[in-house]
Amino acid sequence: MTDLTKLTLDAALKGLKNKSFSSREITQAHLDAIDAANPQLNAYTLVTADKALAMADTSDAKLAKGEGGALEGAPLGIKDLFSTKDVRTAACSNILGEFAPPYESTVTQNLWDAGAVMLGKLNMDEFAMGSSNETSAYGPVASPWRRAGGDNAKLTPGGSSGGSASAVAADLCLAATASDTGGSIRQPAAFTGTVGIKPTYGRASRYGMVAFASSLDQAGPLAKSVTDAAIMLENMCSADDKDSTCLKLDIPKWTDSVGASVKGMKIGVPKEYRVDGMPAEIDKVWQDGCDWLKAAGAEIVEVSLPRTKYALPAYYIVAPAEASSNLARYDGMRFGDRKDGANLTDVYETTRGEGFGAEVRRRLIIGAYVLSAGYYDAYYLRAQKVRTRILKDLQAVFQDVDALLTPTTPSAAFALGENSADPVSMYLNDVFTVTANLAGIPGISVPAALDAQGLPLGLQVLAPALDEATCFKVASALEDAASFTAKADRWW
Amino acid sequence: MSVTPDDVRKAARLSRIKIDEDRLDHMTGELNGILEWIEQLNEVDVDGVEAMTTPVEMSLPMRADTVTDGDKQSDVLANAPRSDDGFFVVPKSVE
Amino acid sequence: MTERTPYLISGDTGDWEIVMGLEIHAQVASNAKLFSGAATAYGAEPNTQVSLVDAGMPGMLPVINEKCVEQAVRTGLGLNAQINLYSRFDRKNYFYPDLPQGYQISQFAHPIVGEGEIEVDVEPAHGDPAYTFSVGIERLHLEQDAGKSIHDMDPDATYVDLNRSGVALLEIVSKPHIRSPYEAASYVKKLRSIVVALGTCDGDMEKGNLRADVNVSVCRPGGYDKFRETGDFSHLGTRCELKNMNSFRFIQQAIEYEARRQIAIIEDGGEVDQETRLFDPDAGETRSMRSKEDAHDYRYFPDPDLLPLELQQDYVDQIRATLPELPDQKRARFVNDYGLSAYDAGVLVAEADKAEFFEAVAKGRDPKLAANWVSQDLFGYLNKEGLDLGDTPVSATQLGGLIDLISDKTISGKIAKDVFAKLIDEPGADPAAIVERDGLKQVTDAGAIEKVVDDIIAANPEQVAQVKAQAAEGHKKPKALGWFVGQAMKASGGKANPQAVNEILKAKLEI
Ligand SMILES: [Mg+2]
Ligand SMILES: [Zn+2]
Repeated sequence: MTDLTKLTLDAALKGLKNKSFSSREITQAHLDAIDAANPQLNAYTLVTADKALAMADTSDAKLAKGEGGALEGAPLGIKDLFSTKDVRTAACSNILGEFAPPYESTVTQNLWDAGAVMLGKLNMDEFAMGSSNETSAYGPVASPWRRAGGDNAKLTPGGSSGGSASAVAADLCLAATASDTGGSIRQPAAFTGTVGIKPTYGRASRYGMVAFASSLDQAGPLAKSVTDAAIMLENMCSADDKDSTCLKLDIPKWTDSVGASVKGMKIGVPKEYRVDGMPAEIDKVWQDGCDWLKAAGAEIVEVSLPRTKYALPAYYIVAPAEASSNLARYDGMRFGDRKDGANLTDVYETTRGEGFGAEVRRRLIIGAYVLSAGYYDAYYLRAQKVRTRILKDLQAVFQDVDALLTPTTPSAAFALGENSADPVSMYLNDVFTVTANLAGIPGISVPAALDAQGLPLGLQVLAPALDEATCFKVASALEDAASFTAKADRWW
Repeated sequence: MSVTPDDVRKAARLSRIKIDEDRLDHMTGELNGILEWIEQLNEVDVDGVEAMTTPVEMSLPMRADTVTDGDKQSDVLANAPRSDDGFFVVPKSVE
Repeated sequence: MTERTPYLISGDTGDWEIVMGLEIHAQVASNAKLFSGAATAYGAEPNTQVSLVDAGMPGMLPVINEKCVEQAVRTGLGLNAQINLYSRFDRKNYFYPDLPQGYQISQFAHPIVGEGEIEVDVEPAHGDPAYTFSVGIERLHLEQDAGKSIHDMDPDATYVDLNRSGVALLEIVSKPHIRSPYEAASYVKKLRSIVVALGTCDGDMEKGNLRADVNVSVCRPGGYDKFRETGDFSHLGTRCELKNMNSFRFIQQAIEYEARRQIAIIEDGGEVDQETRLFDPDAGETRSMRSKEDAHDYRYFPDPDLLPLELQQDYVDQIRATLPELPDQKRARFVNDYGLSAYDAGVLVAEADKAEFFEAVAKGRDPKLAANWVSQDLFGYLNKEGLDLGDTPVSATQLGGLIDLISDKTISGKIAKDVFAKLIDEPGADPAAIVERDGLKQVTDAGAIEKVVDDIIAANPEQVAQVKAQAAEGHKKPKALGWFVGQAMKASGGKANPQAVNEILKAKLEI
C-alpha cells in the first residue's frame, strides 16, 4: 500500500470517498508519522490520538453509508491558537498552563462539521508573536528542509505558524489550520514549500481563536497544493454571528477558481518591493513568476505602492497596541497559571512576568507605551493614519490591476538561533506580507523554486478585498508553471 | 523621542509585567532600537487622514435581547486556579 | 418658584461655594448583557449568569445587544440631548480581578449621546422655598459593568462573582452646574424619575442599579459665575471624585464633608489633590481610594473587536415616537388639566407609579380633593410607615370610593379621615360599606338637625345673647356661632352635615 501520508488532501478525500482506504487507516498512518518525526521536528505540542481514531471511526461509519461532509475522514493538524473543546489550548504560552477551553472555535467547529479528524495541536510562536517559531514555550519547531551541502543545521519553518508549516511539509497531516497577523501563514508557507492563504479580513470567524491583534488576525490554511488550500479555506470560513467583525457573506466555491485561466488578467508588480539587499535568487524567482504568468496570457505591469516601507513600522505599533490589551486577560485570576506574590499587584506582575516569554513581554510593553498618555497621538494614531494611506494606495492600484505579484519573503529560511539577537531584523521577515494584514486584503503564497542551497522560495499573490478567487486563479497558474514537486529529504 | 529606563518601568507597570532592575537597561536599549526604526513613520504626510481601526466596512451587527447563555458555572470555573462555593478566589484585593 | 440662592460654607477666611458635576451609572433595563447572551437578573447564584465572553476567556468576542442601544437612545431623547448617529466603543485598560478582560468596553471619544439639558426641582427644605434650576448634560455613553468582589468571605482572599460583569450601564455625565448637596440629591432624583419613566433603568438604588459619582470642588463666591461666563475651568477649584454612592442621604453627607475637607486644606495653605475618594457612611468621611504612585493611565483606544455604531435618523425618530410622557410633561399636564399647583404636581410625578395612582383616583373626581387625599393622607401614611406604594393597604379604587362619599355629601371630610383609618385596618373593605355598617352617614335631614339645634339654643341663653350681639356689631361670621356649630356636631356624633347645621343655626338665631 502506498504511503497514505504522501497524498494531497484532495487525493485523500477522493480515496476516502471511493473507499480505497479508511479514515482509520489514513489517520493511523499520520499518527505513526508524527510519532517518528515529532522528536526531531517538534511540530505538534499535543497529539490527540484517541480522539483522532474515534473521530476517524465515526467518519468511516458515515463514509460506509455514502454519507459525510466535504472533509469526511481527513486528518488535520490544528494550530494551538484555535480553541478546541476540552483539549489543551495554550497558544504555546506558559501563562495558559493546561487551559482546556469549554468551547470550540468557529473555524475548527466548521472543520469537524465537515467531517475532519483532529490529529492534535500544532506548535507556534507564543501568542503568534514571532517569525521563526522560536518564541514558543514548547520549544522551537524544525523545518523538514535542510540546506544542501550538509551543514545539517536545523532551519526554521518560519512563524508564527511554524508547527503547521512543518507538519504539512513533512506529511504529518493532510493540511493544517494557521493564522496570519503579519505574515504568519504566508512566510512559513514560503519557507517550507507549502501553500498558505490569508483570506480577506472577516472571511474566517475569530471566535475562539486566541487573539493577538484583533484588527489584523485572520485564520487560513497551510496545505500541500493550491487545490488543497481552496478546499480547506472553503471549509474554515463562514459568516459567524459570534464575531462582530466577521463578514455576513456567503462563502464562494473557491475550488472552482483553481485552474481557471488568467488570460487577459493584469498583474501588477510593485516596484517598491525591490528592496535593498534582496538576494538575487529572490529577484530571479519573482521574474520567473512574471514570465510564467505572461506565458499564461496575463499582462504584467509595474505599479507603485509608495508607502510600502511604512507598512512594517506601522504594524509594529498597531499589533503590539492591540496585543497589550488583548493579552490583559491572562492574569492568572480565572484560568491559567497563577504565581504567588506578596500582594495583588505582585501576583499580577509575577504571573505575567514569568508566564510570558521575552518577545511577548517586549511587545506588550511597547504596546502599553504607544497607547499611554502623551504618546497615543504620536504613535498609535499616526500609525492608524498611515494604515489608511497604505489601504488607499492599494485601492488605487487595484483600479488598474487584478492582482499583485511579489516575493513572499526577502530570503529563504534561516537557521534556528541565527536571527534572534536583533528584534528588528527578525521583524523584517514580514516586510512583503504585512501590507495585506494592514489593508485586510487576501494574500496567498505558492512555492516557486528551490534556491542554490536547495531551500524553497515562495511567490505571493495579493488581490483586492473579497477576491480570493483571483488569488487562487493566479496561484494555480504559478503552481502549474513552476511544477514545484520537491519534498524535503527525510532525515528524522 | 527616546525612551528612558523610567518610561520602560512605567510601561511595564501598566502592563503588570515584572522586569528585573538589572534587565531594565537592556530592555530600554531594545525598545529604543525598535522605536527609532518606527520613527520613519514621521515621514508620511497624514494631515487630514482618518485613522483606520478595522478593515471591515459594514454596520455593527447586533444581537436580540434574549437570554441565550449563562447557567454554566462549572464551565466558567473549570480552569480557575482557585475557586470556592461558586466563586473565583483571588488574592486579597483590598488592604 | 423662587430664585436659587448660592449655598455658602463659611470658612476661617471667608465664604466658599461648592461646584459639582455628577456621573450617574444607571443599569440598562434589558434581559441580556451588553455584549453577551447571559441574563442580567438580580440575586442569582454566583457565576451562574456568566457567559464565557463575560468571563474574558481566550478568543471570546463581544456582540452588542440591540436593546441596550435602543435604551441609550431613548434615554438621550428623554434628556433632550443630541443623539450621535456615529459612535464608537473604546477599551479602557486596567487590571482588577473583577474585570475579566483586563479592560472595560466603554465609549470614550465618540459617545452615543451628546449634550442635553434637564430641569431639576428642588423641594422646600430647611425653611428654604422650592425652586427649579437647569443642569446641562455633557454626554451619555454605554459601557460594561464589572463583576463583584467580596472581601469578607475569607480573611486572606477575595471572592469574585461575575454575574454583573458585562451588564450594560448608561453613564450620564452632567456639566458642573450643581451647587449644593441638596441640589445634587435633587438632580439624582430627577434623573432617576426620568429613566424610570422611560423604562430604561429600574432606578433601584439599593441594588446599586443607579449610583452616582460626584465631582466636588470649592471656590470663592463669584468663581462659579465667572466659569459660566467664560467656560474657563480655572475659576473653579481642583476637584475630587466621590465614587459610587447609592443613597440620597449619603450623597449629601459625602459632599458636605468633602467640601469642608477641601476648604480646610486650602485655608491651611495646602493644595487639593485631584483624586478619587470613597465615602464611608459609618465614619461619615471620605477617604482616598488610590495611591498616587499607581496613577492610572487607561490607554483608551477603539475596540478592534467591534465596529462603529452607525444609526439612521429614522431609527431615532421611531424611538422618539414611542417615548412615554416624561415627568416634566406630566407635571405640566397635571397643572393644566387638574389645576394643581406646580409643587403638588411635582410631588405626584416624581415617580411614575405615584402619578399613575393619582390619575386613577382623580379620574372623574375633584382633582384637588384627589391630590390632597393621595399626597397628604395616603403618601403621608405610607411615608410614616416606611411603605412603598406597591404595599399600600388602600387601593386607588377604595380611595376613589371614599372621595365619592365626600363629594356626594354622604360623609363629611372629617368622618372620611376615620373611614380612611378603617380602610387601613381592614384591607379590601368597601368604604361605602364601612360607612353603612358603622352608621357614619352624614345627617342632612333638617328635622333631626333642627331638634338638636333647638335643644342647644334652649340650654345656652348666654351664648345666644353673645352671638346676637356679635351679629349686631356687623360680624358676618360671629365667633360664637362656631361654638354652636361645634356643639351641634358633637351632639350628632360628627355625622351632621356642617353646612346644614350652619344654615339652620343662622335661621333659628335670626342672624
Ligand atoms: Mg466615569
Ligand atoms: Zn463609567
